[in-house]
Amino acid sequence: MVVNYAQLAWLASAEVLLVITALAVLAVDLKLRSSATPERRRSVALGLGATGCALGIVWLLVAAPDGSAPGGMLVSDALTRLVKVILLALTVGTLGLSGRSTFTPHVGEYVAVILLGGVGMMLIAGTENVLMMFLALELASLSLYILAGFAKRDPRSMEAALKYFLFGGMAAAFLLFGLSFVYGVSGSIEFRGMGAGLAGQKMIPLLLVGLVMVLVGLGFKVAAVPFHFWAPDAYEGAPTPVAAFIAAGSKVAAFFLVAKLSLLAFAQVGGSAAWGAFVPGWTPLVAVVAAASMLVGNFAALAQRNVKRLLAYSAVAHAGYALVGVVGAGSGSVATVTFYAATYAVTALGAFGVVGVVEAVAGGSDFSHFAGLSRRSPGLALAFGILVLSLAGIPPLVGFFAKFYVFLGALTPVGGQGPMALLWLVGLGIATTCVSFYYYLRLLKVVFVEDPPADSRTISPGVGEWAVVVVTTVLVVLVGCAPALFLGPLQAALASVGLGR
Amino acid sequence: MFFLLTIVVSLAGALGVYLVGSRRPEGARRLALAAAVAGLVFAVAGAVQLGAPKGLVTQVRMPWVPSLGIEFHLAADGVSSVLVLLAGIASVSGILFSWNVERRANEFFALYLLLIAGVYGVFLSFDLFQFFAFYELAIVPKYFLIAIWGSTRREYGAMKLALYSFIGSAMVLVGVLAIYAVSGLHTFDLTRLAGTSLPIGFQVWAFPLVFVGFAILAGLWPFHTWAPTGHVAAPTAASMLLAGVVMKLGAYGALRVGLMVMPAGAKYWGATMAALAATGIVYAALVALVQQDFKFVIGYSSVSHMGFVLLGLAVANRAGLAGAVLQMFSHGVIAGLLFGVVGRMVYDRTHTRELSMLEGLGLARRLPFAAGVFTLASVASMGLPGFSGFVAELQVLGGAWQRFPVAALAAGVGVVLSVAFTLRVLQRSFLPDAPTVAAAGGGSMEHPEPITIPEKLGAVMLLGTSLAVGLYPRVLLEWIDSGLAGPLFGGLRRVMGWS
Amino acid sequence: MSLPLLTLLMLVPVAFGAAVLSLPRAAGRGVARLALAGHGAVVLLTLGVLGRFDATSGGLQMVERHVWVPSLGVDYFLGLDGLGLVCVLLAAFVPLMAFGFSGRVAARREGLYHALLLFLQGGLMGTFTALNFFHWFLFWELGLVPAYLLVRLFGGPKAGPASFQFFVYTMVGSVTLLLGFLALHAAGGSFDFIELAEFGKSGRLAKALADKLPWAGVFASGDALAVTVFLGVLLGFAVKVPLWPFHTWLPATYSEAPSPVTMVLTGVMSKMGVYGLLRIAMPIFPDQFRVCQGALVLLALATVVLPTFAAFAQTDLKRVLAYSSVNHLGYCVLGIFILAPGATGPAWLEGAAAPALNGVVLQMLNHGLTSATLFGCVELLEGRLESVRTLGRYGGLRAAVPVLTGLMGISFFASVGLPGLNGFVGEFLIFKGVFASAPWAAAVASIGLLVTGVFLLTAMQKLFHGPLNAGESVVPDLNTRERWMVGVPVALMFVLGIYPDLVLRLINPTLMRLAGSH
Repeated sequence: MVVNYAQLAWLASAEVLLVITALAVLAVDLKLRSSATPERRRSVALGLGATGCALGIVWLLVAAPDGSAPGGMLVSDALTRLVKVILLALTVGTLGLSGRSTFTPHVGEYVAVILLGGVGMMLIAGTENVLMMFLALELASLSLYILAGFAKRDPRSMEAALKYFLFGGMAAAFLLFGLSFVYGVSGSIEFRGMGAGLAGQKMIPLLLVGLVMVLVGLGFKVAAVPFHFWAPDAYEGAPTPVAAFIAAGSKVAAFFLVAKLSLLAFAQVGGSAAWGAFVPGWTPLVAVVAAASMLVGNFAALAQRNVKRLLAYSAVAHAGYALVGVVGAGSGSVATVTFYAATYAVTALGAFGVVGVVEAVAGGSDFSHFAGLSRRSPGLALAFGILVLSLAGIPPLVGFFAKFYVFLGALTPVGGQGPMALLWLVGLGIATTCVSFYYYLRLLKVVFVEDPPADSRTISPGVGEWAVVVVTTVLVVLVGCAPALFLGPLQAALASVGLGR
Repeated sequence: MFFLLTIVVSLAGALGVYLVGSRRPEGARRLALAAAVAGLVFAVAGAVQLGAPKGLVTQVRMPWVPSLGIEFHLAADGVSSVLVLLAGIASVSGILFSWNVERRANEFFALYLLLIAGVYGVFLSFDLFQFFAFYELAIVPKYFLIAIWGSTRREYGAMKLALYSFIGSAMVLVGVLAIYAVSGLHTFDLTRLAGTSLPIGFQVWAFPLVFVGFAILAGLWPFHTWAPTGHVAAPTAASMLLAGVVMKLGAYGALRVGLMVMPAGAKYWGATMAALAATGIVYAALVALVQQDFKFVIGYSSVSHMGFVLLGLAVANRAGLAGAVLQMFSHGVIAGLLFGVVGRMVYDRTHTRELSMLEGLGLARRLPFAAGVFTLASVASMGLPGFSGFVAELQVLGGAWQRFPVAALAAGVGVVLSVAFTLRVLQRSFLPDAPTVAAAGGGSMEHPEPITIPEKLGAVMLLGTSLAVGLYPRVLLEWIDSGLAGPLFGGLRRVMGWS
Repeated sequence: MSLPLLTLLMLVPVAFGAAVLSLPRAAGRGVARLALAGHGAVVLLTLGVLGRFDATSGGLQMVERHVWVPSLGVDYFLGLDGLGLVCVLLAAFVPLMAFGFSGRVAARREGLYHALLLFLQGGLMGTFTALNFFHWFLFWELGLVPAYLLVRLFGGPKAGPASFQFFVYTMVGSVTLLLGFLALHAAGGSFDFIELAEFGKSGRLAKALADKLPWAGVFASGDALAVTVFLGVLLGFAVKVPLWPFHTWLPATYSEAPSPVTMVLTGVMSKMGVYGLLRIAMPIFPDQFRVCQGALVLLALATVVLPTFAAFAQTDLKRVLAYSSVNHLGYCVLGIFILAPGATGPAWLEGAAAPALNGVVLQMLNHGLTSATLFGCVELLEGRLESVRTLGRYGGLRAAVPVLTGLMGISFFASVGLPGLNGFVGEFLIFKGVFASAPWAAAVASIGLLVTGVFLLTAMQKLFHGPLNAGESVVPDLNTRERWMVGVPVALMFVLGIYPDLVLRLINPTLMRLAGSH
């Protein structure tokens, strides 16, 4: 295999730009370290990082090349660029939420690691090779482990980082092991090659073990049950902007990967999750995980009294819904899953933004800290209400359409599978949605109905936080009312790479 | 185009009212009233403009999510007209009856108008996705209206109501998705879905899912328990809307999505649904007969009267359906009035709803206007002729006679029981025996605030509507009949064998 | 085009009622004056109707007909024949009489009282002129509401339970009536009384019911279904009349209602039931009636006889009079039920049907007049002495109020059926018809006649005879106004008793037509 490094760098030009930005941030911060106040350092670092991301977005939209490196190492096409744009936007959002990151004096490192995490995620999105995929996953994960522990003075942050790291390391091992098994059966490390190699393959134990292990590894990334145990602690303990990044950026990348992998590599050993016509394979495994995630995530969320933990369990549940998209929809699954993950990420980013603001002023993220938010900051409460309702899936917000789209996809006849084959999964999904209404409404009750504590101050977010919250809220409403705004480009991109229906 | 404006003006009103801010309640409610009146005017104009068309008249139609076959399809037939009109009337009167809301008034009226917008939207949507979107949109404001401004056990009542609603809509959602998938038409267009014959086997299991899902919101026994607690917990305007229009959303959905799209399922399950509806009529009336809380009586009476709507739907012949739609209208108006009297005129002044307490207050003497209105409203609610309820129940009973005589007889028993409980509550609240009042000190209420002008306007408007429809039902009936004669109901007519 | 008199008959009192209600409280005597003007207007209209009425024709006159709700087959359809005319006369004059006696009772809330009385009158007029079920039922029910409120708001200490019972009992009957008519509508496609009667006469009813109601198979035959429907309709009237054993609401209601209201209840409202039987139940269901005739005659006899024994146990004058009302209306029902439909032929017509039906309608008029007068006298007594109604509390009032005693005594005798007074003629004709059809029934019914005489006279004796025992109270006799109020009806009793042809002339053609259609 001849590797043309210039071509590689050219295909990864946006990632390169981001790495350069990260280094620049470190350098500038080093220079400012002695001379400037922490606030100034922070704003410079954040501004620089955001600028880099913005440039990356512009670059991707305007001038980035088409093509792919040999072995599918790096793929740059309309679809991956779209996903990368989303990831960069989410990174910018994360930076926007970090305006109050008083938890660390090392702002430069903080911003740089975020940017590097972003690079990892972009690489995840832009590869069709399991080797590159693993490397990218590790890059993203390591960045997130570090970020989770960035509030060094806070023992919960340390605990979060450690837990996240240990679980993540184990999952990586599973993933690697599983991939090697699949490679052993298929004889290829490219997605499409794997797909071709697995064509007509019987479901031998080796392959099954491999698939299960891959699922374990990826399930950890998307926080699906039963690999979700790290999530609540990590979300609660990590600094809030980091939690947002974990919830938003890494989810988009991971789900895009899962969808692509399922479609390109495992479609031939998909089996069937149809009720009464079960055939062992990749999709039944995912279906079980999806069902478990929806059930466990929603029911566990019922018991939460901390907003961040609640959002963590809700993230678990949402992972389940997104995986329903993987199970169904056949070739349409990339569209449904990407749509779901991206819109969820935007919503979650906004929601964590609000949580961060409240946490900074009220000193915590328990329900009691949110009491009477609507009186203390009507605008923030309104935005939070919209975001949470979108998570709950209330029309006309985007969360509803995303769920609708996923469920509709699952009921689309694929191959020999009739329209009602996955109704059990859809029914379960919709039923668990009802459960979720309860805890979301309870949260909103605290915000809108309960009276604020007597000694409460008004809550006013910073500029960056405002921007993130407002933009995400507007997006949630806008795309909810006109899903075609996002669905159109997404489907166009899919069609251009031959993955559209 | 007038019908589109009802939704637009309500949404714009909601936004505008919210922006007025919490410091100026007077401004908020004036703006809200203006928006609601504008909505009513547009509703009337639209209905008159529409007249009694043969079939559906499209107002706005454009692609929404073309790749999924989702359209924005705003249209109306005679049945929609009637209900849009109801929504307009209910919204205006609700605001008139909540003129005394001072706390967080801008939020109250904003949510209220949002709810109204959702209601208008449901009645005018002929794309299933759009229909469902508006349907759910109406649920959320309801929760907050009750949880924030309600009274007795408001948070419990609100949550229960919201969860029941969500469970119902979840069932509906499953059904809608399944209909889309099974029809294979790649469209959510109700007109096309109603025109296609889905497989019988599918209809047999999907119909109860959709019908019951919607009917939960219409208070179908035994899923009705949210209704009384919700009504009692709700602030006056919200319970007026709840009984007045929100319960109708459920019945309307059951008609449009359940009966129209799956007529064979409707035929298959007709007897079961009729049995549930008739049980509801009698059961709720019996429960109402022993309630000690004024509002609970009205709450259960709503369930009982909505039973007639469901019975009409279960019967699914022309008389039954016409009666069901008219009963939706009629009950919306009358229940709104009853809740208005109980919640605003009585409770806001006496701060009690216990009948045993009210008995001693000499309400009739202190609030003669309220007494008169409630007496007439009771008469209307009993289904005595001259008021709208009679014409509606007459048709439902007539329709039921032809298919389910036992249900018709049970409903007849229900009518008698409803007379009994209405009379009981009337006697205990406004017309207690002189000795009872004397024993309680001859009316211990100290000079209550007199009935205000907005309350009088609201009461007169609702009573007048019920009376007008009762005496001259022709206009509404012609609209309804034109709707039922349209192509949308073609499948149902064929399956049920009427024309 | 001539004035739509029948519509006005119904609208004028309602309009006056609304006007009375909207007068401010400060209007004082104006309220009563306006109400009186309303009653006067109704009387004038009634006289107009009487003038335009063609006594020789047995058919419907002054018909007004307009399309109302086409999708339900409902027309606005009014018309009057001899039967209706008698009822309209009662509905015009009895409330006027009641108004005269209302001074004391109405004082509590004058505007409301008079308005309700006028509304009640409007409802009664509507019921007696409507010929389409839809609006006939409207008036039938809406008459109930003002009546209920009058009892409830102006009645005695136990008015609450009494009015509740009154309303709910009546509603039970109304609901079965409604259900019956809905079945009829399904079968005949019409709510029109005349069309439905034609339909019933043609004998196709049972078959049509069986055809149109797909579940009719659960009945052994279409006939059984039709009979069930008939019984449903009948129950509505039976409660209103009332027929034994559906009469239990009546004594409580009559005694708790203020006496002027009782005058209207017994004088006019009770006629709604009899009218309904004659106008609706009998013509529409001749075949079904024949099936049930035996049982129905027994019920009618029970109505005649049984309440009279209950009356013995009463200590309240108004309850005594109430039971006598049940008894008197029992004769009306008996006279209707005894006629076997289809037994046509001149002999039957002359010998049984003509006397019985003429007797029934005459009895309606007479009972209205007499019982209203009696309750009016009770009101006069009550205005003079507290708890005078409790028999045995006072005695020998003859000495104190000789004029009242005389006039009331005449009314008592009219009620008992003394020849020369009005009551005799009606009952005599009914007995004649009953005897011709079924002598045994006449024999049984005569027990009722006898016992009524005994208990009414006993009550009279307890009240007026014996030594004066009125305590310290000074009991004035009737003043001039009151003399007129009681005297005119009493004079009428004589007129009708001596010259019944005055009325018979008006009703006979109608009734012959009705009998012919049996």
